[in-house]
Amino acid sequence: MSSRCEAFCNTRYEMHVMNPLVLLATGGDLAQDQSMFYPASPGAESIRSLSVLVLAITGFIFIVVEGILIYAILRFRRRDSSGSEPPQVYGSKPIEIAWTAAPTLIVFVLVLVTTRTVWEVVPTPPPPRPDDRTLFVTVIGRQWWWEYRYDHYDGKELGFIAANELHVPAGANGVSRPVYLSLQSADVCHSFWVPRLAGKTDLIPGRTNQMWFQTDQAGTYRGNCAEYCGTQHANMLIRVTVEPAEDFEDWMAHQKKEQAPQDSDPEAVKSGRKAFLAQSCVNCHRVAGTPAQGKYAPDLTHLMSRQTLAAGMIPNTPENLRRWIDDPQKIKPGCLMPAFGLSDRDRDAIVDYLVTLR
Amino acid sequence: MAIVDVQPKLTPERATLPWTAVLHDWVTTVDHKKIGIMYVLMAVVFLIIAGCEAILIRLQLFWPHSDFIAPDTFNGLFTMHGTTMIFFVGMPILIGIGNFVVPLTIGARDMAFPRLNALGFWATLFGGILVYFSYATGGAPATGWFAYAPLTEHTFARSSATDFWALGLIVSGIGTTTGGINFLATILGMRAPGMALSKIPFFTWTMLWTSVQIVIALPPLTAILIMILLDRNLGAHFFDVQNGGSAYLWQHLFWFFGHPEVYILILPVFGMVSEIIPVFSRKVLFGYEFMAAATAAIAFISLGVWAHHMFAVGMTRTQDMFFAVTSLLVSIPTGIKFFNWLATMYGGRISFAPPMLFACGFLSMFLIGGLTGIMLAIVPFNLQVTDSYFVVGHFHWVLIGGTLFGTFAGIYYWYPKATGRMLSARLAQWQFWLLYVGFILTFGPMHISGMLGMPRRIYTYEADRGWAIWNQLTTLGAIIQVPSFAIFVYNLIASLWVGKPAGDDPWDAWTLEWTTTSPPPSYNFEEIPTVHSRRPLWDLKHPEDPDSKYE
Repeated sequence: MSSRCEAFCNTRYEMHVMNPLVLLATGGDLAQDQSMFYPASPGAESIRSLSVLVLAITGFIFIVVEGILIYAILRFRRRDSSGSEPPQVYGSKPIEIAWTAAPTLIVFVLVLVTTRTVWEVVPTPPPPRPDDRTLFVTVIGRQWWWEYRYDHYDGKELGFIAANELHVPAGANGVSRPVYLSLQSADVCHSFWVPRLAGKTDLIPGRTNQMWFQTDQAGTYRGNCAEYCGTQHANMLIRVTVEPAEDFEDWMAHQKKEQAPQDSDPEAVKSGRKAFLAQSCVNCHRVAGTPAQGKYAPDLTHLMSRQTLAAGMIPNTPENLRRWIDDPQKIKPGCLMPAFGLSDRDRDAIVDYLVTLR
Repeated sequence: MAIVDVQPKLTPERATLPWTAVLHDWVTTVDHKKIGIMYVLMAVVFLIIAGCEAILIRLQLFWPHSDFIAPDTFNGLFTMHGTTMIFFVGMPILIGIGNFVVPLTIGARDMAFPRLNALGFWATLFGGILVYFSYATGGAPATGWFAYAPLTEHTFARSSATDFWALGLIVSGIGTTTGGINFLATILGMRAPGMALSKIPFFTWTMLWTSVQIVIALPPLTAILIMILLDRNLGAHFFDVQNGGSAYLWQHLFWFFGHPEVYILILPVFGMVSEIIPVFSRKVLFGYEFMAAATAAIAFISLGVWAHHMFAVGMTRTQDMFFAVTSLLVSIPTGIKFFNWLATMYGGRISFAPPMLFACGFLSMFLIGGLTGIMLAIVPFNLQVTDSYFVVGHFHWVLIGGTLFGTFAGIYYWYPKATGRMLSARLAQWQFWLLYVGFILTFGPMHISGMLGMPRRIYTYEADRGWAIWNQLTTLGAIIQVPSFAIFVYNLIASLWVGKPAGDDPWDAWTLEWTTTSPPPSYNFEEIPTVHSRRPLWDLKHPEDPDSKYE
């Protein structure tokens, strides 16, 4: 109930009501507006400008043709019920040729502009090369979360795994930092769609698809899985954090670190880790540097470096983590992590450990 | 111009026979007129069911993070809504109207294969019932109506709901395919003397091409349904990627069916409005030959556009452009038809009786749906909005603005012939305007939420994406549509008793069905007439100025 009240009391909601067209045209100036008409990358910008052209052409056609329809309805309506029939006109070859030729010309123009933009936005990824300032990530779609395997940056091999929140570097000062995503699926079809950065590309099991984007604008970009993939398709959310290159390199260095047990760890952490490793968590989850090397669930090595849990559903706080571990089905019904029926003590111990995985 | 004096009626006077005899007559009939009516009734019943599914969907999406409906219940609802509307409403209603009208309008006594006709209807109905049996497994299939593999494999769709779905569609697909065969044989082989193929009424021409599409498009669907059943139940791996199967294979074969399918849903409607607009503008159809050629062109080109549903799946750029080109090309003959309809109205004397009211609704709305279709053929734009609410808005616009408005036009036009009664024009006005306003309010905002990033088939959404207002407008529009459909059903039923008697030719029309009584006798015509032009009744009513002089 309260979420409905929040939605209605939200002032941003009121702004949307007042400025729907402004919102549409500019994408709004709110961080939450992820419209394709507010592009942040050259690819998305190409798509936007092509879309505006096509909208203008189809809009023009609409005004002309609908105008003729309305004119005909008004001008030629039967005003009396006298029996005489109007002149019967069977056809006209010149007119037919004219209104075949005009649409053909429009189609020809549309084919040309479409071809040009397709070649711009659909990539042929180059191989990684030293100092190419290019990021290569393999994205593996899974019911209902995103696995990110970082492969190469600037020609160097990376080899760490993140989940659900993709960090990429921003270009700056004329220096671009392209991002190439190799898209795979571990189960069913998914689709990666962050409208401000690029059009969507599907993740099809059994093949690898490629997509490309780059941006100079730091910020958080949101998107969704855009191919129905089962129960929680709606909550397979995407967050892309674009940060200046130095910050991105810091983040990468941090993500590469393992979380090996230290003798200096506090007691709570040690007993929490023990509880974690004793449960079936390790069947699915991985924490680099520990015996937990599961492959089927999000990598937890730097869990607390993420803003959200459950693929973008809830903010990443210790309290939410506790609720999630207690019963994931209450937050994301149908998700593949069961409620394990942990005792409160075990659950709290595990949380105490996990919150140290920054 | 009826030769028969007796006026058989469908109203209760006929029930001096015991109801069991009447029921037996209808259940065992091979009369195309009764079969056509049963198809339409079946479609109306499933329309109500699928409409309720839609209302539930819209109620759930009114608020972000609503918990009105559970996730998989919602997913089952949109699966069943789509499946029902396409297979058990759209196709049956058009095949039903075609069944009733085509033999009459070409001067035949029945379809070429009357028993096959009955088989087709009962298979369609039983297929629909079989699909709904899936609720007995504990829930509807939650795979989406196009059921992309491998989500439909047993690993991911554990209950047998998906098996019922596939089996039901195999059965109804057989019904549809036999219908297509029947129309082809009837139209090619059973026309009245003098009625060359170049002289057939336009609705018959479009039913001919619809039938070509049916016999080409339905078999691949039947094949992949059998294949997924084999995967799920007998250990085959056609689409089982983890064992060497292909997810792509399903998509290509499905859309090879799926695109012609939507032309199956619109070509008959093109035919209906091509009959209605001339009659109510009092002018011959402008450019019949070009219209006919455009229909054939659409039928042909539409067999080569299917992968425009797949621009985002990772085909090569050249493959993407091939399908973009064919999809843009199909807009040219469609535009030609549109201009010819406008030219027919131009210079006419237009009356807005219910058939023409709905035909004008069709024209005004189908134009928009066609234009958003052109937008979707632009691959880069498509890469943004495919699988978003923009597409949901587009296809509902062409299906409701196009197919449904056109079908209502056809029902208002031919109901008097089928029943001997006129439908109420006053109720038609209410139905039309509620539908027009409600439909625009429902599907207009979807184009916006799609462009704002809202994907399809999500049971809920976040509050801070700016989508809530558009969803709320949509739900409001859907609620406005509800009384429209209620009025329609009421009109259909009540007019059987209180509708004005129609007579043979209430619209002063020009094709053969209007020469016989309303409703026609079981043998349709006392004498099969010989025709000399496309408008035999115009020739008879205007002997000084017959069409045969100008065609």
